[in-house]
This record gives sequence, C-alpha cells and structure tokens, in this order.
Amino acid sequence: MSSTDAQPRYRELGLTDHEYELIVTGLGREPGDVELAMLSLMWSEHCAYKHSKKLLSRLPTTGRHVLVGPGENAGAVDVGDGMAIAFKVESHNHPSAVEPFQGAATGVGGILRDIFAVGARPIAVLDSLRFGEVATSQRSRYLLEHAVAGIGHYGNSIGVPTIGGEIYFEPSYEQNCLINAMAVGLAPHARLTSAAAAGPGNLLILFGALTGRDGIGGASVLASAELTDADDSKRPTVQIGDPFAEKKLLECSLELLDAGLLASLQDLGAAGLTSSASEMASKGDVGLDLDVGKVPLREADMEPFEIMVSESQERMLCVVEPHLADQVLAVCEKWEVTATVIGKVTDTHSFRVFKNGELVGELPVPLLVDDCPLYDLEPEAPATTLYVGGEQQVATDADPATTLRALLQSANIASRRVVFEQYDPVVQSRTVCRPEQADAAVLALPVLAAGTGAGGAPIPGIAVSIDGNGRRVAVDPRAGAAEVVYECAANLACTGAEPLGLTNCLNFGNPEKPHVAWQLSEAIDGLAQACRDLDVPVVGGNVSLYNESPDGPILPTPVIGMVGRLPDVRRAGRIGFANPGDRIALVGSFNPSRDGSELAKLHGSAPAGALPDKDVSAIRAAHDRVRQGVRDREFSSAHDIAEGGILVAIAECCIAGGVGAIINLPAGLDPFGEDLGTAFIVSGPTEGLDGLTIIGAVGGRELNVQGLLNVPLSELADLHAAGLSTLLS
Amino acid sequence: MKFGVIRFPGTCDDVDAQLAAARVGEAELLWHRDRDLKGVDAVIVPGGFSYGDYLRAGAIARFAPVMESVVEFAREGGLVLGICNGFQILCESGLLPGALLVNNHLKFVFRQVQLDVVDHNTPFTRTCPPTLSIPVKHTTGRYYAPEPVQVVLRYAPGHNPNGSQDDIAGVVNNAGNVFGLMPHPEHAVDALTGSTDGLAIFESIRAAVSERIPVA
Amino acid sequence: MLIRPKAGILDPQGQAVQRALPALGFDGVANVHVGRLVELDVEDPEQLPAMCERLLANPLIEDYEIIEQA
Repeated sequence: MSSTDAQPRYRELGLTDHEYELIVTGLGREPGDVELAMLSLMWSEHCAYKHSKKLLSRLPTTGRHVLVGPGENAGAVDVGDGMAIAFKVESHNHPSAVEPFQGAATGVGGILRDIFAVGARPIAVLDSLRFGEVATSQRSRYLLEHAVAGIGHYGNSIGVPTIGGEIYFEPSYEQNCLINAMAVGLAPHARLTSAAAAGPGNLLILFGALTGRDGIGGASVLASAELTDADDSKRPTVQIGDPFAEKKLLECSLELLDAGLLASLQDLGAAGLTSSASEMASKGDVGLDLDVGKVPLREADMEPFEIMVSESQERMLCVVEPHLADQVLAVCEKWEVTATVIGKVTDTHSFRVFKNGELVGELPVPLLVDDCPLYDLEPEAPATTLYVGGEQQVATDADPATTLRALLQSANIASRRVVFEQYDPVVQSRTVCRPEQADAAVLALPVLAAGTGAGGAPIPGIAVSIDGNGRRVAVDPRAGAAEVVYECAANLACTGAEPLGLTNCLNFGNPEKPHVAWQLSEAIDGLAQACRDLDVPVVGGNVSLYNESPDGPILPTPVIGMVGRLPDVRRAGRIGFANPGDRIALVGSFNPSRDGSELAKLHGSAPAGALPDKDVSAIRAAHDRVRQGVRDREFSSAHDIAEGGILVAIAECCIAGGVGAIINLPAGLDPFGEDLGTAFIVSGPTEGLDGLTIIGAVGGRELNVQGLLNVPLSELADLHAAGLSTLLS
Repeated sequence: MKFGVIRFPGTCDDVDAQLAAARVGEAELLWHRDRDLKGVDAVIVPGGFSYGDYLRAGAIARFAPVMESVVEFAREGGLVLGICNGFQILCESGLLPGALLVNNHLKFVFRQVQLDVVDHNTPFTRTCPPTLSIPVKHTTGRYYAPEPVQVVLRYAPGHNPNGSQDDIAGVVNNAGNVFGLMPHPEHAVDALTGSTDGLAIFESIRAAVSERIPVA
Repeated sequence: MLIRPKAGILDPQGQAVQRALPALGFDGVANVHVGRLVELDVEDPEQLPAMCERLLANPLIEDYEIIEQA
C-alpha cells in the first residue's frame, strides 16, 4: 500500500489504525488500491452507521401496517386496497453546504431513486431545511435561495409534486445548513421489490447515466469530516443532478418491474457501485463478479477504484435472469436509457472486481458489509446549555399586540409562500391540500379522474407531514424529540388522518463528543418512547452526524416524516376558519411554557430550561377527538398549536380563512407559551364542539382577544405574508 | 370524441391532461416516436420538461417524429392544444407565433391565477365563462411576440406571474385551430383541487369537434 | 456558436448579473447579457448557419455568432 509523506493512505481515507488492523486480519493480507477504496467507503459513518447503529436498535420498527421495515431502500406501509406507500427521508447536508443548488437537487434525486428502487412510483416530495439567520446572514440567504431552487428544479422537472416541508433559521446552522428531503411513493403490494441479489448465474445490469468522476471520495470525505474554511477543495466532488435522465430512469424502472423482468433492483447512491452491489450481495447472501471494463464511462481514463466509488447520479443496478436480459435491454432502449451487463451473481460470498477480465480486487462480502466495528458512545449530559441566545428582538415587557406582530413576522413563523411558490404541488392529479391549506399535505390515493368517488363513494387518501424543532430538542433532547413525533401526529390528526408509520433523519453534531453523544442517545430514547406512545413504528431513516463548525455543533435536529391514512379526502380538515358564527374551541391538555419557545428566541434567550410534562393519554385522546371531529365534519377547521403558542395558532386560522375572531382565553393561559403536539384550535357549529372548551367565535375583520389585543386581520395577514419574503428579496 | 396526448421523454403532465380530457371524451397517450396519431379528433401537447428543456424549452421536442404528424394535422385544420411546455413546443415548431422567455423574476412560479377570456370565438373557449381560475407553473412563461397576435387569454390585472407581454396567457394561430397557453387547465378540473374552471376548455373542444364531425 | 438575447429583448438574467456585480464591488458595468455557448466539431462548416437557425438558436428572440477554430 502506497502512502504519502504525512500518513498512511487508509487514514487519509478515514479509516482508523484499529479498523485497518481488522481489515488486514479479516483479509489475511493488506488490501490493494481498489479494495481499500471500497472498504473505506463501506466502513465510513455514512454507510456503516458505526456511531449510531447500536442506538437505532432502540426504535420500534414493527406494527400492523408495516410491509417493509428499515434495511431496504425505503420502508413501506399498507394503505388498503392492495396498495402500499413507500417513504423515506434522507439528508444531503454536507454536499449542500458546498454547492447548495446541486446538493439539494441531488438530494431530491437520491431519495426519489430510493422510492422507485423498491417498486413505488414517487407521488410526493417534502423537505426539511435549516439555515443560519437569513435576517443577518448573506451566506444563509444564498444557501436558502439556491437550495430551494435546486429542490424545485429536480422535483418540478421530474414531475413529482413537492407538497410540503418546513424551514427554520437558527445561528447554529450558519456553517452547517440542513437539507433533508423526503419522498413518498405508491405501489401495488406485488410490485414492492427487494434489493437482495438472488440466483447465482443471474446477470448484473447497470442502467442509467454514464459513470464519471462525480463525488469520488464524497461518501467518506463529505459525510464524516467537519467542514472547515478549506471547503473549496471539496468542490470537484460535487455531483450534478439531471432530472431528465432520472425521469427516464424512473419510467424505465417501473416498466421493467411491471413486466416482471427483474429479480432485484437497487439504486446507486453514496459510495456508488461499491455500496449498491455489496449490499445487494449481502442481502441475498451471494457473491458477485463485476467487470469495471464494461461500465460505460463519461471519462475514458478512469481507474478501477474510481469507477467503483463514483457517485454519478441517475444510475440503477438490477439482477436479471439471463433469458430475460434481452427484454430488459429493449425496455431500456425504449426509454433511451443506457444499459449494460457488467457482471453476474455467484455462490461464492465473494465480491470480485475485474477490469476487462483481469482480477483487480476480491473481498468477502461480509467483511465489506457487516464487519465494520460499531462503536459505543460515551454520552455525558452537559452542565449547561451548549448554545447561546441571539440578539433580543422583542422587549420582554412588550404589550401582547406587539409580541404577536413580532411572532407572526418572525422568519420561523411567517408565511413560507415565497418558498413553496417555487415548487409544483399539483402534478399527478392527487393533491387535495396544498401547502398552507392544511397542517399536513393530503393526497388522494386514486388519481382524481372522472369516476373517482362516483356516487359519493369515499376517496381514500394519505396525509404527510414533516417536522423538527432543534431549539426544543436542545432544551431537552428526550422530551424534545418525543414532541416532534407528537406534533407530526397532531398535524395528521388535523386533516383527519391516522398515522401508519414514520421515517426519521437524525441530524446531529460529532457523536465522538460526549455532549453530542448524550443528545443523540436521549433523542433516540425520546423518539422510541413517543413511537410507542402513539403506536407509530419507524420504517426507515437516515443519520447525519458531524454537523459541526468551529463554533460548535448544530442544534440537535431529529426530523420526522409521518404518513397517515384518511378514509375520505373530501373531508380533509383545513387550517382556515371557514364560517362566521362558528364557535372556536381548544382541544387537548395544553400546558404551555416559555423555555425553548419562539418568543424566548425573540427575547434573546438561549435554548435552555425545561419542556412541559406530557400526559400521553391526554395527547392520544386529543388527537382522536380532532381526527374524529374532522372526519365527521363536526369541525369546519382544525389546526394544531405549535411554534408561537395559542395566539399565533388562532391568527393563522384567521389568516388562512380570511376572517377574524373574537377570543376569550382561559384565565391564566400563557398566550405565547408552547407545548407542541398536545392541543388544537378547532372551529365549527356549537353542537359539534360538545365537551370542548369554547374560547371564542369566528367573525369580523379583527383578531380581538378580550383584555389582550384587538388587531385588524389585514395587518396580521400582511405581516405574516411579508416576514420571510422581505428578508429574501 | 377522442383526444390524443403526446408523451415525450421528460413530459410530466401527460397523464394529468389525459385524465382531464377523459372527463369529456376518450383520451389516449401518443408516443413521441410514433407518427401515427391513431385517428384522434384533437391533439394535446402537454406540460412538463420535454428533453429536459435542454437547449431551450421545447426546442428539441419539435423535431420528434410525432410532431411532424401534429404539424400536418394542424395544417388540415385539426385542433391542437398546447399547455405550458406544449405551448413552448408549438411556438418553436412555428404552429403558433411568438416565443416564451424565462420569467422576469427568473424563478419557477406556481400560483393559482385569474384569467380573462378575451376571445370566446375559438374552438377552445366557446363555453368558457368570462374569467377562469387556473394554476400556472413554469420558469419559461413570459410570452413575447414582435407582431400583433390573436390573444385568447390574458392574466387578470395584477395576476401576471412572469412579465408576459400585454398580460398574454394564451394565443391562437390565424386559422384559429391551434391554441397555446401557459396556465394548466388540466389542473383545474376537480372541485377537490380548488377549481373546475379548466374543464370549460376541454368541453369547448368537445363541442367544437362534435359540430364539425357529425356523429355517425 | 455564441447565442445571445436579441437587442431589445428583456434579459432578466443579464439584469440580475448587472445588479450583482456592483454589489461585489465591480463598478461601471453596463449592458450585461447572458447567452450560451455551443461547441461542436463539424465536417462541413457551411451547415452551421442552418443549425443555428433551425435548432440552436430561436431567431425570433436570439442572435447567434459563429466562431470557427481550425
């Protein structure tokens, strides 16, 4: 093995001395160039999850709706009528910090491939974004604008609607923006496909884009190293996304599956051919022979190791019985997709790499996939908060109207229209609730066609929500992570949907630091508990660690994407107050406090203190009540009380409905405190609100809160509309 | 009557257009490599990003084999509806005057817009109400024509989403049988999506076809 | 082939660049236009104008310029 003056090559590739020793022992010799490149990727944090795998085993992953759990390209749940929903969220944080447009675009492209790799047609994209303070940071504005453009470019061009998302701005994301993309796909149960390679003698066919030098070193370098000022040197490793190529790849893949031509299918993502092929072999308990000389290249002079680790986008790998190969190649030709037989399945448990017939690497599949050591973390609770407060933007003794105005126009609460107007939410003719119309996006499961729901038959659908709140998780990682799950489920309840499963993306700092390890460990315990509380299993996800800059770690940011089912999309609940004269009610056991709240941030406070205690049975009862009230059309509107507290929630209902309200808050209730996922604002005729706490009525042109404030609705709407858009213009 | 909906590589709204057209008649997809229009009564060139919109939106699609048949179909008086990318393709292929340029704000925009129907005497708008609420979604939708054109749809005052010349949202050719528009009527055909105003355009086409070709 | 927006056609990309340059300290910038460059090898350069007219440029909104290198 060659080495530089400074250090052995394996260290440059991110392997520790101990890991390298394990490799030499396992192999019985020193690895060659190709082998070392492959091992360094498969043993990276990104592929091996070596600092998180042990913790992730604490999450519940089974449930009555689960068809495919973690381990495949995407998990899947049953939505009835023989149909399944596959979904997954994944991060593309570090590539996006280097090149936000392409980083975000290829993040969307990658997660879409995960969905159609399991045989599902992508029907929706959502995204969860974090940046530094756009009010003061030009870098964050640049990252936001380009990341949003990249997400839109990919999703819009490929014809998958972007139906929801969330964006928050906090100083700790200044050097480490978070770009998490979630995709949702629909498949008949019979088309759900495994990535497990099967049948020795079967052929390995690579199809899609040509292989170039994209992202070489990307998986291990980009996913495991903290970003420093020398980021420009990483620029050559940025992958370029081509949604047009992926659109053809998507249609081609689904046609191949529909025709029953594939034994298994896998997408090429991080670590390219190395990861895809070895995981297929591992899952199928077989070996593979692969000839890099057969891989169609964009640059002729690529080395075997470069071909094996290239992260060129828009490529898929499939296993095909030899007698079907011609048919597979014909379908690919129809879609103008390059397809090439590059190898075959063997019964050796060995991954052999050839170049034009000459052996250039041979590794046992278990060594590549299973033998990377898993590390125990050394969690240690910090004595004080790791984060500082920002500049004070609202006086602590400001009057309630001033405070409400400040909250509504704050970057974290203001309307996201300036962002979501750059996404197509309607293509594919399923979208019933677009962004800002409901707390979760609602899609009809059958496409909306002439006969859909004929004679008043129910039109079943799904609701999808994505959520995270780093500031509250920073206050208390366990309670904060649980709160994210409750809030996601609350979003679904507002549309009338019942959760079926969730996917998570755990964005944290460097887990080798004890305080970050503690955040991660606590957050996973909180997630696990909340999943059990609400009976929502985890069907897949992703971990993004080492999100640190010299200023410290990002806020601990577990992001949850949740999918639920509703029996009839015609009854999907909406945010906006609908009918003057309707009564307004508070549902749930609402126990707000200020620590970790949006107002605490505007006051300049650090995310510290404690989150409210939760009564799980009360949460379940409130969610059930709202879900049922929406389904039974007792409620004209439903909205969960989230960031900013109850008055912000009520103002949002007024703005969305274009009508005012008169409110009498219960005595002693903090108008701006937060207790996420526990309580709701609903409206409707009195008879449907039986047993609920009536707090007001819909009507007028003002938001009139007795004893606190009386502000024209138009003023609130303008502040809400302008808060983020003026920062970006 | 039967609609044919063209599908190029990169077309996105083909199935949506097919579903919308199927609300008023039959509709089938026509593959870009086929020259056979399969006896359809009207052709829809749908939205999306044919050939990735590479080079210029619509520039490559106009040379697809199926477009030769569409041009011939249009010359013989057949009804052709181009939506968004389809509008761009029809302009590139010379079936419609003018060109579509990148939006004045340079960004993709999705927005529900109000449209004024300024010409009801076309086979595409004869049953339309005076105004329509239909979404737009595009990056390259700013209409430009150096010569006067036959305008059919304009964005209502304050609703121009892209800087289009004279608020033009849709135009017909001189013969009146080829119509292109940037808004997406196929995404406004179901009350569940917020508007059914787009249906009037498909119904107009059906009415026009049924008058011209008596049912056997 | 250099392809650029015709004179008089609103070129928002050019305007955006023109606004951005002074913000970076580059003063005295005017008449910015953003076009594109198409590079190709061709056996018969006589075909180039027709290529531009028919596909590579849209003569309604774009001018083109052919630059040959032996």
